[in-house]
Amino acid sequence: MPEIRNLTLNFGPQHPAAHGVLRLVLEMDGEVIERADPHIGLLHRGTEKLAENKPFNQSIGYMDRLDYVSMMCNEHAYVLAIEKLCGITPPIRAQYIRVMFDEITRILNHLMWLGAHGLDIGAMTMFLYCFREREDLMDCYEAVSGTRMHATYYRPGGVYRDLPESMPQYQASKWRSAKDVEQLNANRQGSMLDFIEDFTRRFPACVDEYETLLTDNRIWKQRTVDIGIVTIERALELGFTGPMLRGSGLAWDLRKKQPYEVYADLDFDIPVGVKGDCYDRYLVRVEEMRQSNRIIQQCIAWLRANPGPVMLDDHKLTPPKRADMKGDMESLIHHFKLFTEGYCVPEGEVYAAVEHPKGEFGIYLVSDGANKPYRLKARAPGFAHLSAMNELVKGHMLADVVAIIGTMDIVFGEIDR
Amino acid sequence: MTLESKLASLASALEAALGDAVLASRLERAELTLTIAAPRLHDVCKRLKDDATFGFTQLSDLSGVDYLTYGQADWQTHASASGFSRGVAKNAIKAADIDAKRFAVTYQLLSVSTNLRVRLKVELEGEHPRVTSVTDIWPVADWYEREAFDLFGILFDGHPDLRRILTDYGFIGHPFRKDFPLEGRVEVRYDAERGRVIYQPVSIEPRTLVPRVIREESWLESSKPVSKPADA
Repeated sequence: MPEIRNLTLNFGPQHPAAHGVLRLVLEMDGEVIERADPHIGLLHRGTEKLAENKPFNQSIGYMDRLDYVSMMCNEHAYVLAIEKLCGITPPIRAQYIRVMFDEITRILNHLMWLGAHGLDIGAMTMFLYCFREREDLMDCYEAVSGTRMHATYYRPGGVYRDLPESMPQYQASKWRSAKDVEQLNANRQGSMLDFIEDFTRRFPACVDEYETLLTDNRIWKQRTVDIGIVTIERALELGFTGPMLRGSGLAWDLRKKQPYEVYADLDFDIPVGVKGDCYDRYLVRVEEMRQSNRIIQQCIAWLRANPGPVMLDDHKLTPPKRADMKGDMESLIHHFKLFTEGYCVPEGEVYAAVEHPKGEFGIYLVSDGANKPYRLKARAPGFAHLSAMNELVKGHMLADVVAIIGTMDIVFGEIDR
Repeated sequence: MTLESKLASLASALEAALGDAVLASRLERAELTLTIAAPRLHDVCKRLKDDATFGFTQLSDLSGVDYLTYGQADWQTHASASGFSRGVAKNAIKAADIDAKRFAVTYQLLSVSTNLRVRLKVELEGEHPRVTSVTDIWPVADWYEREAFDLFGILFDGHPDLRRILTDYGFIGHPFRKDFPLEGRVEVRYDAERGRVIYQPVSIEPRTLVPRVIREESWLESSKPVSKPADA
């Protein structure tokens, strides 16, 4: 009789369905997974160590590069940790702007996830549709911060600047006729809030469009229903947060349970799943996009009615106005001091967590009273999710591994840090 | 009931339940930190998770901390006849500091039933610190402990598979220790003669762009009435 052995299969790190640089060593019996051993760290950049060697404000940009599809939410946790240590609260308008951009980021992240997850299990069109809407939101990032991705927009004490009064516009070129450009710029004539408002009016129909492609799609359901089931108790033990936990049926959302900024004043619902499989998690995320849209609409209404400062007026922590620096000695000194040495943060340790699109993103910050963090640890939701990989894929087929990687919504920037 | 008062009553309940396992308890900035005696850590964690009154079913985060250079600044601003020092030289690490309680492991626990967080902290001695693994209590600790081992060299007794996780295959040293240089020890490059990638000693010069300074910031207490720093 021939010897029967398990097959060891190497999946990634260069694999289109591995979402970056995931290397999986799969032990397989035929096409059934016996054991999965994820090898991570291929994108390890030592962000936490780098942050220990820089003044506090210079690390905000590194936070964008952790989870590089939900940039501002990472910044948010870091900025909250510093604010908690200093005991300061940003102006209310800055809090609304932060919440609005957190929700824009959530939609950005979920669109990216939906497109990539669809592509992984065979729904090519999803990717194109999702990126169409992502482009508009990326333009909002660009309008407010100057960059499409790594915004560095949130600062301790507020946000870097107020929302712009105009949107960047397309220009005619040899690839785009004047008529096309006019059409593209039609909703960019007013302020940024007008543009976002226009987006929030269009977006629910776009979500409906995605759902017509997937929600009742037979192939989609065959690939996701009953795949990777997790119970609530097990999800908690495995450190699941965000849609991974809500997909199992527990309505746990930090925006509701431990509200930060102005979430307590906003009206939105928390979708939960029933069975805890990939399909439920898909439904949860799709509904979250609709809820985020609602939150953005409420923020727009508030921001229109309430102008005001977006940054604390304390120049030990926030830079003075450029114009003041030209005539005022004190402002010049503050500016110089802030951009050379930074500010010292009181001694102590805090853990600040936000409801990131992927789950609970926390920053554990230890300060010894210096102008640099003594220790910074980022609690990445994807790290905990991926560590449960072995348990989720055991007994499933090879093709389901791809569905499970997709449903976890992993991004290596945050897992490897 | 405010968060502060909820945490205060939790702190007294925990101290009563855990007895002398709690070495210190601090409630600062609406966060509760308990310092736990290292040999009792496993019992404490088990109790916190299984006892329904506490219900800490989730381990949010586990993190190593190296306290080797805690409170040291690069720039002691002594005024001399010629002016202030430039302060770009790194402080030499004092040998006396090394064998004291250099490392700590912190555990951020979350209870979804009471909606409270608590931070456990164990302080560890020596160059090769050891602490009991909590993987059997929270399976998520598996990777967190591997990470703390990889980056800090903290050993977790009873961990089923304590391998490196984030660093390269065959990496030497524990990069997040404070005595590990930021620029690392080795770099890789392609060697055309040998036709393969080789490791060689790092060629980057260490630089300090912004010196580390510690100042008593008076503006925080004077301008803001909220929470005060610990030692001010």
